[in-house]
Amino acid sequence: MDAAIPAPTTARRIWDRLGVIGILAVLAVIGILIFYAITPVKTTAVLAQMIRQSTPLVLGALCGLIGERSGIINIGIEGQMLMAAFIGFLVNVYTGNLFIAILAGVGTGMVLGAFLAFMSVTLKMDQIIGGTVINILATGLTGFFYVAGLTTQGKLQPIAIPGLADLPLVGAVFFNWPPITYLTFILVIVVHYILFYTRWGLRSRAVGENPRAADTVGINVFLMRYVNVTVAGGVAGLAGAYLTLESVGSFERLMTNGRGFIALAVMIFGKWTPFGAWGAALIFALAIAVQNQLQFEGLLTIPHQFIGMFPYLVTIIILAGVVGRSRPPAAIGQPYEKEG
Amino acid sequence: MTTLESESRSAGIIDLLRRAGRASIVPLTAVVLALLIGAIILLVSGANPIAGYIALLDGAFGDAAALGRTLEKATPLLFTGLAVAFAFKAGLFNIGAQGQLLIGAIIAAAVGFGVTGLPPLIHASLAFLAGLVGGAIFGGIPGWLKARTGAHEVITTIMLNFIAVNITDYLADGPWKDTSPGNIVARTPRVLPSAEIPYVGFLPLGFVIGVGIAALTWWLLFKTTIGYEIRTVGLNPNAAQYAGIRVAFTTVLTMTLSGALAGMGGSIETLGVVGRYQPGFNLGLGFDGITVALLGRTNPIGAIPAAILLGAMRAGSTRMQFIAGVPAEIADVIAALMLFFVAADMIIRWILRTRVPVEEEKVTLSTGWGG
Repeated sequence: MDAAIPAPTTARRIWDRLGVIGILAVLAVIGILIFYAITPVKTTAVLAQMIRQSTPLVLGALCGLIGERSGIINIGIEGQMLMAAFIGFLVNVYTGNLFIAILAGVGTGMVLGAFLAFMSVTLKMDQIIGGTVINILATGLTGFFYVAGLTTQGKLQPIAIPGLADLPLVGAVFFNWPPITYLTFILVIVVHYILFYTRWGLRSRAVGENPRAADTVGINVFLMRYVNVTVAGGVAGLAGAYLTLESVGSFERLMTNGRGFIALAVMIFGKWTPFGAWGAALIFALAIAVQNQLQFEGLLTIPHQFIGMFPYLVTIIILAGVVGRSRPPAAIGQPYEKEG
Repeated sequence: MTTLESESRSAGIIDLLRRAGRASIVPLTAVVLALLIGAIILLVSGANPIAGYIALLDGAFGDAAALGRTLEKATPLLFTGLAVAFAFKAGLFNIGAQGQLLIGAIIAAAVGFGVTGLPPLIHASLAFLAGLVGGAIFGGIPGWLKARTGAHEVITTIMLNFIAVNITDYLADGPWKDTSPGNIVARTPRVLPSAEIPYVGFLPLGFVIGVGIAALTWWLLFKTTIGYEIRTVGLNPNAAQYAGIRVAFTTVLTMTLSGALAGMGGSIETLGVVGRYQPGFNLGLGFDGITVALLGRTNPIGAIPAAILLGAMRAGSTRMQFIAGVPAEIADVIAALMLFFVAADMIIRWILRTRVPVEEEKVTLSTGWGG
């Protein structure tokens, strides 16, 4: 039987690994270089804007996939982000310390993560309901306690990486950011490493794919899920802190504006992998950045709403045309019941 | 013969009432618990919870006008709730009820102001159906994409929500803009009186239609072959495929009907409440639909009390804000707590020390997550 299957060639193996996405990435790089040759300033601005737009989405998607890899669906990312943005903002307003404010945001996300874990692991509630509870609760609480007219005491400032920040194109796009953006780059790599190269990651994935088997070999399913969902909440909290402390500098009602849901889309789009999610977030954010640039220049004569649709249409087209079906972790959404 | 029949029928009714009574133990306890915790939050924030709740109750059910407002607020939530619940039955998560409702609302408006010379009943029906079709098409797209390419409906419906906002903004500020003198905002003209869905006394007719549609949805799901197929796909798509059910077709059909339900909600908002399409109205109705569907345990009949409850909170919280100075957002907090306690029946069972009957058909809402 085995002999009937020919060993895959190296080219075939590379294709399997990278596939259409890889080719698209190569094309994208070539495209960027061409644009850069034509108009370096605008190309740099658009790409920097892309990174800015992608940061909360990447963080949100990381939160989603850490949870889902261990079997917990999290549709409450939007609420976690919103609540963390609010608390981080308030802490900054009253302490004037940005670092403590970030910690407060992350802590808020973790509390809500732990709450989600409590609902889905301990209470065995339906996970879609659990996430929805968090979303409505965050909308309600942030609106209820909202005080108009407050502003943060300062925002996180860009830190230029010496040497690298002066490089053409790459410098402005990757090496001149405030801290949370750098942290996001690092987190993508760290989460990837932990998920796929450590014992903890292997166990997390086992718990997400087949909790019964994981339990049989002595992995504590409940503990894994609790810890992962709580930590993931902290990552969503960081996204919230990004919005108020690094990006906007103030809090507005419902300021997450659907980013938590787009992060979910990004997570699925990236097939539940950190780098996939990063890529998906970059594609979406690039579309947003291009749209903003087009609106800004006002060169196109078509109504601005059609330009406004562009990022969402692009996402659907790429999803339907290239990515197609995606398969989540097998045990997702089901509460685990210990036997006897 | 006849006595026997009527006896069994009355026994059936008593049995039904008893079942309804038992089924409402958990939701009622959940409401009480949610209000209690809400009261604590009000106390902490320095408001008087008793005065607040009296204002809430008064604003929601105090007189005929208040009751009418409650039902008016409940109507679109009922439709989006039905839309989400219906899709859930097939294991599909329709986050796009918002967009489907917007498309329905603006198309109903277009037929409402653009088509002239029709008699009232015909015109209103036509505009209503136009909104339905608009929603159906907009809901059908993600269904078709999923069946055809496997594109996850959660992504496509989220994206289509944003696209719907852009389409409707464009239409209301472009080809369908209200050009009457003095108008500068983006909105469509008022629909003609012949297209309006009226009130019967204080009762919004749209709500009555909603109840009828809820009953129809229940019938479709539980009494027809199509409904059986939809539920089978929801429980186990592989088994459904094996049993010869056309899963792809069912997916498209479910999303189309789900979109039609949300679209009807948009029609009624335009024709019965707002009177025209105006961007910025109708916000959040789709997401509240998720809450209604979950509160109603994804049962079309359960969506009716859930929508009334949420509608009452929406109507009453405005008055609470006005009279007692409590921010209206407390309604969201209480809604979240209600949802929590309804779903966490484990807690309520523990509090009541009783065995609450388990639902006959417990759906895991996330079965369709995988696509």
